[in-house]
Order: sequence, then C-alpha cells, then structure tokens
Amino acid sequence: MHHIALWVAAFLTLGIISFLYRDNAWYKICESVFVGISAGYWFVSYFWDNLYGKLWLGVFPRDPAQQPDYILLIGGALGVMMLLRLIPKIGWLSRWPLAFIVGATAGLNLIIYFASNVMVQVEDTIRPLFGANYSSSAYDIVGNIVVAVGTFAALIYFFFSKEHKGAFGGAAKVGIFVLMVTFGASFGYTVMSRISLLLGRIDFLMGDWLGVIK
Amino acid sequence: MTRPATGCKSRTRMLWVAAIGLSVFLATPAISHSQTDTSSNRLLRDTIPPAPVTSLLASDRKYDNGEAIDLTWVPSIDDQLLHGKITAYQIFRSDNGGEFKKVGDAIPGDNQFSDESVSYGHSYVYYVVALTAGGRAESIRTASLIAEREWINYNRKYLFLIGFIIAGSVVYFIETARRGKKLFIRRIAGLEAVDEAIGRATEMGRPILFISGTQDMDNVQTIAGITILGHVARTIADYDTKIRMPVSRSLVMTAARETIKTSYLAAGRPDAYSDDMVNYVTDEQFGFVAAVNGIMVREKPATCFYLGAFFAESLIMAETGYSIGAIQIAGTAMPTQLPFFVVACDFTLIGEELFAASAYLSNEPKQLGSLKGQDVGKAIALAMMIIGTIAVTVGQAWDVEFMNNIAHWLNSAFKTN
Repeated sequence: MHHIALWVAAFLTLGIISFLYRDNAWYKICESVFVGISAGYWFVSYFWDNLYGKLWLGVFPRDPAQQPDYILLIGGALGVMMLLRLIPKIGWLSRWPLAFIVGATAGLNLIIYFASNVMVQVEDTIRPLFGANYSSSAYDIVGNIVVAVGTFAALIYFFFSKEHKGAFGGAAKVGIFVLMVTFGASFGYTVMSRISLLLGRIDFLMGDWLGVIK
Repeated sequence: MTRPATGCKSRTRMLWVAAIGLSVFLATPAISHSQTDTSSNRLLRDTIPPAPVTSLLASDRKYDNGEAIDLTWVPSIDDQLLHGKITAYQIFRSDNGGEFKKVGDAIPGDNQFSDESVSYGHSYVYYVVALTAGGRAESIRTASLIAEREWINYNRKYLFLIGFIIAGSVVYFIETARRGKKLFIRRIAGLEAVDEAIGRATEMGRPILFISGTQDMDNVQTIAGITILGHVARTIADYDTKIRMPVSRSLVMTAARETIKTSYLAAGRPDAYSDDMVNYVTDEQFGFVAAVNGIMVREKPATCFYLGAFFAESLIMAETGYSIGAIQIAGTAMPTQLPFFVVACDFTLIGEELFAASAYLSNEPKQLGSLKGQDVGKAIALAMMIIGTIAVTVGQAWDVEFMNNIAHWLNSAFKTN
C-alpha cells in the first residue's frame, strides 16, 4: 500500500512539474485530481469541524453537565440565510450575513490594525539616534538614522492628499527607494525559502521514491 | 663542669619549649572548635525557616481588559536591608481550583507583583513563598479572585483619542465632499492603467481574469479587492468584455457575484450578467493555483488583476500571466509577496495604495473622506515620530530632562499594552 501511495505521489508531483514545459494532458489530470480531492476534503472538514463540531455539539452537547450555547444559533441562522440565494424569491436575504461578516470584520480589524500598524510602529521608531551619552557605535548610529529617515520617507510616499512634487516629492522618492531595497531583501529571502520547498520535492522523488538518495 | 650546667639550662629551655608547644597544641584545636561553632550557628540560623510575608492581598486591576491581578504584601521580618536572610520571593497561583504553579519571582525588598498572565473569567488563588538559603515559608493564601473586565480600558486611552481624531477627520472630510468640495488625491499609476487594460482585452476579444487573493471575507485586503472589482466590473459591463473570476472561498464567491451583478445593473446591462463569471475552485492554496494556471494558459486572458491577500501563489500566478503576455495589475499589502508582483507585473499597488484604490476609482464622498481622514492619521503619526526622535535623541545625548519627559510621555502614549 505504501509503495502504491509513493508511486501516486510521484506521478502527481511530476505531472504538476510538467507544466514548466507546457500545458498538457498529464498536468490537466493532476490539476483535476488536486482540485477535486482538496475541494471534497475541505467540504468534509468544514462540515465536521464547524457544522457538527461547533454548532451541533455546541447547541446539543453530549455531556449533560455542559450548558447548551444557544448564541451559536445566530451563526447557524446566518449560514441558512446564505443558502437562501438558491431560492430566487428570497435570495436577497443572503446579503444580510454577507453584510454582517464584512461589517464585523472591518470593525474588529480596525482596532487590531490601528494598534499594530500605527501605534507600535510609532513607538518603535522613537529611538535615540546616538544612544545615551553618545554611547552607540558608528554602526548603530547609521542604523538608527536609516530606520528613522526610511520610516519618515516611506510614510510620506503613502500620503495621498498631496502631489509628490518639490521637497515632498523628493522625500517620497527616498521612500519608494527604501521600499524597493526592502523588497529586494525580501525577494532574496523568499526565493531561498522556495528553493527549500523545491529541495523537499526533489528529496521525495530521489529519496523516498527512487531511493537514489539515502 | 660547665657541661652539666649547660645541660641543666638546656633542659630548662627544652621544658619551656615543650610547655609552649603543648599549650599551642592544646590551644589550636580550641580555636578551630570555636570557628566551627560560628559556622554551625550560621548553618543552624539558615535552616530555620524564615518568617513568611504577611498581609498578602490580591486585587483586580481596575480599568483593564481583565488581564491583570496585582499582589501586595508586607515583606518577611527576615527581609532586612543588612544581613537579611531572604534570598527571593516566589509567587504561586492556582487557576480555577487547579494545582498551584509558580507564576513569578520577586527580589528581596519587593512587596508587590503584577500577574499579567491571567485570563478573563478564571478564578485565581495566590500565595507567596519567602526563600532563604536553606528554608522556605509560605504565606497564607488569598481569597479566590476573578479578573474583571471593565467597560473602559485606560491602558488604551491614547489609542481611543487618536482613533477619535482620525474618525472625526473622516466624518469631516465626508461631509466636505458631500457639500461638493473637490478633494484632491494624488495620481496612483497602477489605477490609471485599469481602463486601458480593460480596453485592450476588449480589442483583443479575450477575457479578463480577476483574482481577489486566497483569503476569506474576514481579511480587509479581500474586501479591498472586491471593492475594486465593483469598478472594474462596471467598466467591463460598459465595454461588453468577458470577466473570469475563480475564487478559493465560498463567501468570496457570493460577495463577488453580488458585486458584479450590482455593477452590471448600474451599467444598465443586467441581462449580460451570469453567475458563471465567478466560480469556486477549492480552499486548498496550491490546488487553487494549479486551477488558475490552467485557466490562464487555456483561455489566455488579455488582462490579469491580482488584488487582495496573497501568499506563495503570487509569483506562480504572476509568472504564468507574464508568460501568456497579459497586462498584469497587482495590489497587496503582504510585504513578502510585493517583491514578486513588482518584478512580474506591469503595475503594482503597494500596501495602502490597494486600500486607496477604490476611493481613487470611485470618487465617492464616503471613500474619499475616509482616505483623507487616514491621511490625517498619517500626519499625526509622522509628527509624533519626528518630535519623539528629536526629544529622545537630545534628551539622552545632552541629558535634557524636559526632552526626556516628552520622549517618555510619547513612548507611554503609543504603548498599546
């Protein structure tokens, strides 16, 4: 059984990689298998984890000592309303749960993003450029200045109320330069992690499947 | 004759030496014995358990989110400034009647401890252990205490204040825009190309591919992508072009269908709308990517939009789009994926530009006012960073107390926990 699983996995891996050459029948089979199995898997997973595990067992707990959580019925009702779009006459009701989700998401994330992206950013940027009593090394001083100037300039780039002209435009150009340098570093780092993913697949093909690598 | 006399003197001297030697011999153990006595006294003193701390009180911290309990006590009488026996205090806690576990330490001389690892709604009991080199003494246990959550969290008062200013600015600018005053927004290059890209697809007779990321509707980037979709779909309806939108979440599919349907309705072409424009593929990230790549190479869309939250799939899709020669417009606030879009796409909306895009495209008072209000927030943040950096640098470099006070206040104001 294990050998069959290995061969199927190798067949699917090579089929997906074959896309690098061009679209082909092998890739189409693998794509369909991947999409079909994963969609089915997630359907079953959502059913047992959410509908049964959370909603049903929450409202009708197995343990008699556990109190039913009737507030979950609100979520269940919203879920049913989503399905009402299948009935054209009352399909408009499906917009309500959607509006609830979008509104609740925006409201909850407002505070989270504001705290993490604004407050913490400002707090972390307020730092002495030279250190206490000029105690910082030249390396630290340069680093502190780069962080301060880079943050100011990048923030100016994201101002939409003023045209990027003159000194303001110059600062915005420094900002986009800082962003591009950051992206470059991030690019290199992420490519490295992608190569490790590729190595994982090669290790599977050459090691687990073919046994060339021990 | 002298010899005997000499011999007598010598014997006497020898006797004296012997007597002194004996006394030294006898005295030496006596001195050692005395020293041993001092050590054993100290050992004895150390092994006697210290006096415990007294008056241990646990109190819920007021005006917080139910996340802290403060303990105070009177230190052990053995905790003296000089020659004190106490080496440390240990704080133990029982959670909901469970086993007592150590939650923190305090140094000699301390008489308070803040437990900031409590959970709202749980009941806690505490005791403090006073430690010496060889002994320990437990205090009496506190009464059971539940960390209460207050309506107002004073720790976040500055968050509220700044949020209030920004929200007020948003309302002000929305009202200003509604009164007809034109609000300026700078040019965003990627968005200027939207109409051009849709026009190109129309001329070529090929579809437009729109991907709103791989996250659900609880992600603000997905919401931003769907909002831009409204404008794109309106233009597509006007141009009578075909849109193709595979999605990886069922809720996004519903939201996208509603958005496109509304746009087609607004364009006066409800008959041209079809639910088939948006189709669910799978929640699985790479399964979704495999399907999107297949769609790209088979249907060869002339324009690809990637607007939303993306992860590892960003480069795979953008590279495939590049290989088929499509115009690609991307936008995300995921810092690790932006580089890939920058290198593989024709235009990229970086971070907040994605959120500004819908206001820029729609020119609606609500969205414009919101964008302007956010700019006020950025101006406040920028001003605080500049003032704070100058204050902390000058304050520390030249020891200027006034500047140090400003820096300290700003640091505490922007601290969120």
